Formats: sequence, C-alpha cells, structure tokens
Amino acid sequence: MTTPPMIECCHVTKSYVRGDQEIPVLQNFNLSVPVGQFLAIMGPSGSGKTTILNLIAGLDRPTDGTIRAAGIEVSQQRETDLARWRARHVGFIFQFYNLIPVLTAAENVELPLLLTPLSKQERAKRVRAALELVGLGDRLHHYPRQLSGGQEQRVGIARAIVGDPTIFLADEPTGNLDRDAAESVMMLLRRLHQELHKTIVMVTHDPRAAEYAQDILHFDKGKEA
Amino acid sequence: MKLLWAYGVRNVWSRGRTTALTVMGMGLVSLIFLSVLMLGDGLTRALVDSGSQANVLLLRQGATTEISSGLYRNQTHIIRSLPGIASDTDGNPVALAESVVLISLTKTGGEAPVNVTVRGTQPMAFTLRPQVHVVEGRPWQPGAAEIVVGAQIASRFLPQGIGSPLRIGKRDWLVVGIMSADGTAFESEIWGDADLLMAAYGRESYSSMTLRLSNDAAFEPLNRLIADDPRLMLQMKRERDYYREKSVTLTTFIRVLGFTFTTIFSIGALLGGTMTMYGAVAARTREIGMLRALGFVPAHIFFVFLIESLTIGAAAGGLALAGGAALQTVTLSTMNFSTFAEVAFRLTLTPPSAAATLGFSLLISLLGGLPPAIRAAHIPVVTALQAPGR
Ligand SMILES: Nc1ncnc2c1ncn2[C@@H]1O[C@H](COP(=O)(O)OP(=O)(O)OP(=O)(O)O)[C@@H](O)[C@H]1O
Ligand SMILES: [Mg+2]
Repeated sequence: MTTPPMIECCHVTKSYVRGDQEIPVLQNFNLSVPVGQFLAIMGPSGSGKTTILNLIAGLDRPTDGTIRAAGIEVSQQRETDLARWRARHVGFIFQFYNLIPVLTAAENVELPLLLTPLSKQERAKRVRAALELVGLGDRLHHYPRQLSGGQEQRVGIARAIVGDPTIFLADEPTGNLDRDAAESVMMLLRRLHQELHKTIVMVTHDPRAAEYAQDILHFDKGKEA
Repeated sequence: MKLLWAYGVRNVWSRGRTTALTVMGMGLVSLIFLSVLMLGDGLTRALVDSGSQANVLLLRQGATTEISSGLYRNQTHIIRSLPGIASDTDGNPVALAESVVLISLTKTGGEAPVNVTVRGTQPMAFTLRPQVHVVEGRPWQPGAAEIVVGAQIASRFLPQGIGSPLRIGKRDWLVVGIMSADGTAFESEIWGDADLLMAAYGRESYSSMTLRLSNDAAFEPLNRLIADDPRLMLQMKRERDYYREKSVTLTTFIRVLGFTFTTIFSIGALLGGTMTMYGAVAARTREIGMLRALGFVPAHIFFVFLIESLTIGAAAGGLALAGGAALQTVTLSTMNFSTFAEVAFRLTLTPPSAAATLGFSLLISLLGGLPPAIRAAHIPVVTALQAPGR
C-alpha cells in the first residue's frame, strides 16, 4: 500500500477578480508533495507562488479544482474548521517574519500554543525548546527590535515549529536576509526536513536557498516551466 | 488568554502619543460627566442632608417655604404641649420656633447682590441640628444683637470675619461666631436671636417650627392632631422631605443641563476612540493576517482590538477619577430657585459616581471600539497578509 501524498493539488484554477476584471493566476495546476518532501518553488514575481501557499493553507479558496493536505480536503472546509486544522497542522514562515513588536521572542513563539489546550507550564517548556532548537535559548525575553533580521526569522521558525505541525509553508524565508543569516535559516529548514522528517514547501527567488531543497519546481505564469 | 490581554494593553502603551491624546480627550469628557454627578451629589448633600430624619417641620398650610410661612406665638404654645415631641434633659419639649428673612448681600469683589437667609432662632437649634457647630468665636447671647454666620457666608461676604458689623432689618448686628454645618445649607445662613430679629422687622409671627419626634411612630398621631386642630391651620412635614422638595428643581436642572453637554461631548470622544482604533487596525493589518494564518479566528481578532479600546477607556476613566478627586476641594454657589436664597456646596465624589464614571468611559470606548474591531475581524486573510507595514 502506498501512503497518499501529504499535499495534492488537482486541476486547480485560481483567478482574482478586481473590479470587473478577472485576473487568471493559476490554470489547471497540479502538484503532489509526498510525505517528508522538501520542495522549493521558484519562479518570477507575480507567477502565483504565494497564491499556491495560501491555497494549500486554506487562507484562500481555489476558483476550481481540489486541494488535499494533511488528511483533509482543504477547499471544502468551513472557515472555523480550517482555522483549527491550520493551528494543528500548518507552520507558516514569512518573508518579513511578521513578529509582533510588542511581544517578546518567547511570547511570539507562544502565540500558536494559545490555540491548544496545553497548560501554562507545558507551553513554557515547548517555547523554550523551540527557541533552543533555533539557537536562541538565551534570547527568550528580548523584543523583536532587539534582534537582528536573521535572529528574527529564526524566532519566526521557532513560532512555526512550536506546535509541531505536519506541514511547513515558507514564503521567501531568506528574501530579506544577508548571506550568512540566510544560510543559518536554510540549515534550520534542512534539519526540520532531515531530522524531524517534516514536509516543507518553500517559495524562493534565491537559487542558493533552493539548493537546500530536495526538489525544485520551476514555475511560470501558473504553469510548470 | 492572559497573553492576548497583555498584547492588547502593550499595543495601547506602544502607541504612546496617539494613545495619550485619545485618553486625554476621553478622560476630559468622563470628567465632565463625573463633575455633573459630583455637582448633583454636592447639592443633594447641601440641601437634603440639611434635614434630619427625626425632625419634622411645621409650616402654614399652603406655604412651600419657610419664607412664605407664618406661625403665631399662641400657636407655638399649643404645639409645645402636644404629645409625641421629644424632651431635652431639662424636660422641655425639643421644639424650636424660628423666624426666617432674606437679606441682600454683595459678594466681596462682586457686583450683583444675592439673597442670603437669616434665621432668627434659639440655642435649641444646635440640639436639633447636631451637624452645626460654632467653629470660631462663640454663639450669640440670647437677647443681644449678635449673629453667627455660616462658613460659606463668612468667606464670601464678610472677609473681616468676627467683629464685623452687619445691618439686618432696622438694626446693626455684630458677628460673634462662625459656624460650619458639614457641607449642608446651614453653612450659607446667618443665625441670631429670634425675638430680636422679629423686632428688627416689626413682625409678630414666626416663620416655622421644627420639632424632634419622641420616636418615629409618633409622626402619624402628631400629624393628625395638628391637621385636625382648627386653631392651627398648619402642615407637618419630615424635615428631609421638605429639603428634598426644595432641591428637586435645582438638582434636576443641573443634571439635565450637565448630561446634555456630556452627551454632545461624548460623541466627540467616541469618534476620537473610533479613529484611533481604525488607525491601529490599519497599522497592524499584516499582523492580523499573520494571526489568522496561525489559526486564530475572527472572534479572537475582534476580542484583541476591543481589549485595546477598553484599555484606553479604563485609562480615561482613571484620569477622570483623579480629576474628580482634585475637584472635591472646589466650592460652588448657586441660587436655589425654590427659596431664592444662595446656597454654597462642595463637589462631592461618592463611590456610586466613581463607578458610574468608570462605566461611562468604558461604555464610550466599547461603542467607539466596536466598528474598528468588527472591521479587523473581517479583513480577508490574504489581503491582510499583503498589507504593507510592520
Ligand atoms: N488579493 C489579490 N487580488 C487581486 N490580485 C491578486 C491578489 N493577490 C495576488 N494577486 C495577483 O495574482 C498574481 C500572483 O500573485 P502572487 O502573490 O501569488 O505572486 P508571487 O509569485 O508570489 O509573486 P512574488 O514573487 O512577487 O511574491 C499577481 O499578478 C498578483 O497581482
Ligand atoms: Mg509572493
């Protein structure tokens, strides 16, 4: 028996409506990501890479087609069920980190755990473990403005892994970082893949970052190039 | 959920200047609201609390104030002999016949003269009204042309205080004492000997009588005896009811006027809060998208922004209470429309008013915060994540 893929997009079409204009972004897009795969998606700006991540995470709905991820049919869920599923199964890593400036590193990382029934002590333990994993065990009580860009992104990764999700979705995680910082972030993602066997889909412009992935999908105008 | 509270509160704090302005605007409006309440409380205290529950007041039938009332000497003798009146240590009935006139005085440095109540009375008055004390000088001597003036009158009309002469009726009087009365209207009166005052005005009759009941149950039988006696033609009222009736017009007027202004201003404060919170939502749109991507639902987002708004409201309420505490030292005066006499009163901060003010500012911030919080909760995730900013 073969295990089903972790993520599967079948005949996905997505177009945005702006005013009376319809902007087609994806046309008959198909994708299959096996469990434990580290996939990089590359492509020019505006080709629809972010759109794919949003669709997989259920942040947006496809115009047509079906998307299955981590055991559910994403495109058919109700909003509240999707939110609960996302909290449990999806870890997001953003280009601009999206840390909350008024919260400390530890508090930022704790955010996703607020949606779980974990006790305060249990949450604190997990937050510490996640920050130690990204090498920031000594920065728990620092605010984002007291951290470098690379450190901020590592806090972002800690926030993504603290809930132990099944899928990681990273949108240009190194897009805002210098070479050294980008490298340490990519090493972390590789560890998530190799040691923890997580499924990762990463969108990137950076060929050096893409080299860390197992597989690269080149992408243009909503079609595989 | 404590973290979400901290998040809301710290966001308010981090927007220092905008927040400070909003809090100040809302705080000032709350302070206006509180001042109206304090004014009402102060007036009630000055007017209603002048009366005691154990005392009753006798006026001529049809009279609504002591000024318009009259009692003949022989009527006071009949009253004194009635049952149901408390006795003092010497066995005399605690019953006090008084004569009340209004005189015109001009405030130190002021232009227009105002009416001041002069009460011709007897030493028994201090027994019937234990809140009144001579705080400076001494009481008047019965039979002497001496007066004791209320603290409010002394400070505003007689800056020289004890030793000042004052013309009342066809006679000159000497100020020999100053009395305080726990913030009640007696502080705005002048007291002297009843017989002398009546002589100075060529009067034969008193204005009113005040009695202390021997016990609370004595009210009804005594009331019936007085009402049924054709020689008397008097009405009996509890002292508190009398003062309450006198104050109703004035306190209602002040409250209506005050709350009208408060309502107008509070719309401004409400809109100020709304604008501030819309600003916060706009500045943090991407943050909202991130939270939604983590799995937070619209209700969480709504809650977070409402907390922020309520935090501003709570701070504004605190500011208003601090201002209110400071205002307690202020003394105001106004003319009581029912008696045409000047009353001075102190703004009074009571726990119910404090609670009402906090409730008021929280309500403003709640109403003002609702539209932005609703908008925040309904921004589509994808749009929110694409928003510029931090
Ligand atoms: N909310 C939206 N409304 C309308 N059009 C949109 C919206 N989001 C994206 N688009 C359009 O869809 C297309 C694909 O956008 P998307 O963000 O997926 O591209 P991308 O590959 O991630 O680009 P980049 O590399 O610049 O991030 C673009 O042409 C964009 O203008
Ligand atoms: Mg993109």
